[in-house]
Amino acid sequence: MLVKQISVFLENKSGRLAEVTKLLGENDIQILALSIADTTDFGILRLIVNKPDIALEVLKENGYTVSGTEVIGISVEDKPGGLSRVLEILFKYDVSIEYMYAFVGKITDEALVILKVDRPEFAIKVLRENNIKILDPKDVYTM
Amino acid sequence: MKYWNEPVECADRERLNQIKTMRLIDTVKRVYFNVPHYRNKMQDYGLVPEDIKSLDDLKKLPFTTKQDLRDTYPYGLFATPLSEIVRIHASSGTTGKQTVVGYTRNDLTIWSEVMARTLIAAGADKHSFIQVAYGYGLFTGGLGVHYGAERIGASVIPISVGNTKRQVQLMVDFGTTLIACTPSYALYLAETIDELGIDKSELKLKSGVFGAEPWSENMRKEIELKLNLKAHDIYGLSEIIGPGVSFECEYQEGLHINEDHFIPEIINPETGEVLPEGSIGELVFTTVTKEGLPLIRYRTRDITSLNYEKCKCGRTLVRMNKVMGRTDDMIIVRGVNVFPTQIESVLLEIGDTSPHYQLIVDRVNNLDVLEVLVEVSENLFSDEVKKLEDLDRKITKAIEDTLGISVKVRLVEPKTIERSEGKAKRVIDKRKY
Ligand SMILES: [Zn+2]
Repeated sequence: MLVKQISVFLENKSGRLAEVTKLLGENDIQILALSIADTTDFGILRLIVNKPDIALEVLKENGYTVSGTEVIGISVEDKPGGLSRVLEILFKYDVSIEYMYAFVGKITDEALVILKVDRPEFAIKVLRENNIKILDPKDVYTM
Repeated sequence: MKYWNEPVECADRERLNQIKTMRLIDTVKRVYFNVPHYRNKMQDYGLVPEDIKSLDDLKKLPFTTKQDLRDTYPYGLFATPLSEIVRIHASSGTTGKQTVVGYTRNDLTIWSEVMARTLIAAGADKHSFIQVAYGYGLFTGGLGVHYGAERIGASVIPISVGNTKRQVQLMVDFGTTLIACTPSYALYLAETIDELGIDKSELKLKSGVFGAEPWSENMRKEIELKLNLKAHDIYGLSEIIGPGVSFECEYQEGLHINEDHFIPEIINPETGEVLPEGSIGELVFTTVTKEGLPLIRYRTRDITSLNYEKCKCGRTLVRMNKVMGRTDDMIIVRGVNVFPTQIESVLLEIGDTSPHYQLIVDRVNNLDVLEVLVEVSENLFSDEVKKLEDLDRKITKAIEDTLGISVKVRLVEPKTIERSEGKAKRVIDKRKY
């Protein structure tokens, strides 16, 4: 039930992000979610795309340092407190969150969230036990 | 047999210094009276032979460089009549004009002596079968080892370099116990042995003397494993005599310099100043027994340091550390000598693969700043900022611990560092003097 995220190493130089998105576009790969973690020198671009394996290949061929990372996609009620419930559950079970970002889906009026945690399989289990909706990778890639 | 010439190799320092002093005084006189080039240079410095009375006076003398050899080509620095010269060798001359060196009969005896010490220290004796796979000819490697091997009474197999399958076959048939060649050729021999499907138990190899190119400790491990022998580094240069200037004993902790023939110094390559014991700098030699082509304070351009501690093997002959690089590769940052190879070994330890990196030196507010660019390869990359920042800190700390100065590490994308003809430009010096 894990979603494959593409992570790309980028230096903080203007135009680099545009190059990546252009490259993916030219290869008919659709970006579904995107987040950038920044430092003064470099950034890590994180992408959810419809064809992660092809995207990895294309980026590698073009000389980018990339990796595929397994993350969890969940949907939460789009109302105050919706996300905090999820975080409380993870905190209770001692699962730590490396990073997270939101994700605009087209199908529901729920908020979609990507989570990278230290113990993904366990996290899925406790979230499911607490009736949090885990997104199926297949559904994610076809959004 | 443990030593070839125990009275010298294990002499106490005072005795060694006496020998060196006597010989130095004698050499300075000989070059002053026999070589116009040296006489003119000494006169320029206001020196007469009588000014050189002790080893400490050595630093008063002018340096000799490869350029001096080129400028006086072919025989301008020879100190004996050409009729006394019995052998001529020439340096490869990969850059610029080639240089010529000449030996009297006595010079060849000295050369055999220092090579005999080298081979004995590598575990050879008269029962050994020594396969000389260095090139014979104008290059000093082949004949240098050959005469040393004959001197100790070993059986010499003078096969020279090349014809690798035959080398391996003879190694098996003749029972070679010591192989002498370049370290890279040693690895090639090992591969060929595997390709030919020869079982290592058919080989009688015990040791090897490998030189004529710089090689790392990792390469030593590889050669020792693949050829099942003990690999000894040897050092030499044709200008000084050829192979046998210095050699490794069984402890492999630096190369003993035959300092009763060749007096070493370590200088700051920028200023020429002699550096205190243990400092890293350029190696300089003065030959004190050679007749044909004595050289005063010859600058080797090789960077190393000297260790005067008595070795576990019992030898007192000073040791030079494995050569770290050439003066051409060195940069001085805030008074500290920095070699790209130092950074490279730090990165190799952290990343486990050959890294692409570049050093950028600049001067900001009158202070040298060293920036190290490291390309983030897949095995270093993480999708978590925290881990990349940890990596950055880890590299920074390891480099600072190695160099003793602060640096700024910048992680960069692959292919950021320009490749020119497959060889990266390691240093960019932006300082304006
Ligand atoms: Zn020793």
